[in-house]
Amino acid sequence: MDAIQQNLLEQVAGLHEIPAGAYNIRANGQLAGRNTTANIDIITKEDRAGIDIRIKPGTKSESVHIPVVLSQSGLKESVYNDFFVGEDADVTIVAGCGIHNSGDAASEHSGIHRFFVEKNARVRYVEKHYGSGDGSGERIMNPVTEIHLAPGAYLEMETVQIKGIDSTRRVTRAEVEEGAALVIKEKIMTHGRQLAETDFTVDMNGDDSSVNLISRSVAKEQSRQRFKSCITGNARCHGHSECDAIIMDDASVSAAPELTANNIDANLIHEAAIGKIAGEQLTKLMTLGLTEKEAEEQIVNGFLR
Amino acid sequence: MLELKGICYSAEDESREVEILNDINLTLDDRFVAVTGPNGSGKSTLAKIIAGILKPTAGRIILDGEDITDLSITERANKGISYAFQQPVRFKGITVRELLSVAAGRDASMSDICEILSEVGLCARDYVNREVNASLSGGELKRIEIAMIIARKTKVSIFDEPEAGIDLWSFQNLIRVFEKMHEEINGSILIISHQERILGLADRIVLLSGGQIRKVGSKEEVMPELLDRGQPCKTLTDKL
Repeated sequence: MDAIQQNLLEQVAGLHEIPAGAYNIRANGQLAGRNTTANIDIITKEDRAGIDIRIKPGTKSESVHIPVVLSQSGLKESVYNDFFVGEDADVTIVAGCGIHNSGDAASEHSGIHRFFVEKNARVRYVEKHYGSGDGSGERIMNPVTEIHLAPGAYLEMETVQIKGIDSTRRVTRAEVEEGAALVIKEKIMTHGRQLAETDFTVDMNGDDSSVNLISRSVAKEQSRQRFKSCITGNARCHGHSECDAIIMDDASVSAAPELTANNIDANLIHEAAIGKIAGEQLTKLMTLGLTEKEAEEQIVNGFLR
Repeated sequence: MLELKGICYSAEDESREVEILNDINLTLDDRFVAVTGPNGSGKSTLAKIIAGILKPTAGRIILDGEDITDLSITERANKGISYAFQQPVRFKGITVRELLSVAAGRDASMSDICEILSEVGLCARDYVNREVNASLSGGELKRIEIAMIIARKTKVSIFDEPEAGIDLWSFQNLIRVFEKMHEEINGSILIISHQERILGLADRIVLLSGGQIRKVGSKEEVMPELLDRGQPCKTLTDKL
């Protein structure tokens, strides 16, 4: 693995070296490293690109890293990864994609991730997107995430896209059964002429299921963002979504929340706010000695934490 | 030393010029000056003009002999002017530690933060990593706002109604904060307040009314003026 790929790996997975536990590193469409453990198996799919990750029931405090790095300009790939998380397991899964494009052709990675989380299992899923390189070729990522939560299961998904991705369309679909809970925290910053679209569809099918969807984004310069969420309550459940965006320069942000209650005990809330940085926030930080630009950076950094 | 020379400020209101401050002349060389006066008398406007948030329509502001009238908010802050807002600002995602670090102009250590927050009656352990967002109460925010000024240690510190939203117990603490700043600071403190006990601490009280300075003097000299505001109209006297 070369220095560019090492850097991408560090950005998306926080990895300086080979991670502990199970991992699968994909570089320019090829397997660049794999490790399995007694409880976590990784198997290459035979019918198409991708892997199956099988986590045994009762596996505790283990982690799986599956970073993808692309540094070859013009490479386009779709990868199908399926996670099977056994009953009562408690694991952290870190997936990330870094694209370095210094050529003229668009580089594109589409990761299709499916999660089958069995009864009472807990998963923390972290996903980071990062782009670098000064070529005119676009860096494109279109992640699809499909989540099935069995009764009592819990999945917390953190997705971060802060830099360098020209175009992204993120689609997330989830089914939440009885007593299961889904938490999604999304952070996005776009600049230049970037486009970021997110599209969430969550069905709560069992009593006492819940979803909490929190999106924070900053749109700078001429970038565009679209946020769409459809939350459906088919049982006694709690659904909450919150879309909070800071708009700057000539950017454009739209938020389209949709809530559907098919049960009298479905409790659904959506909050959306789009606006520029409050003038009084800038003024306060300037009275503490920051310039307007420094104040803006401080506010944006905090907002996306 | 801060000097205000012939400060005037007027604002547009439905195409009509409304005069908010008229020919304010004031020298801040005492350690502790209180500005008081009825609502709408121009007290907060005066504070904002000193901090650079509002530009006066006429007059000059001199800090230690230097004319700072045309300097920005940031430049004035760096020259040693601090301003605690009447209504503190909330920040999603920014922690108490980060705000205090910005205020102190360096990465504040846990012991620095403990030292500063304990002055305003907050335990650093409970607050250092809290976000300065809607989860904090008005009183907590107000104390953090005051803590930021303590962290800055500048030669001019302006507090705009620091007692507003502070409960009685915290009020005792607040008095101690000003007494301590009063003892330690080599600069000047200007407090906008309606509270008799805070006015009582001041070396000098400035009474502002209708955008003009009505009286400057000791508590004994100014308090009688403050209570005698002339005759209100009949509708109001009927209700009093």
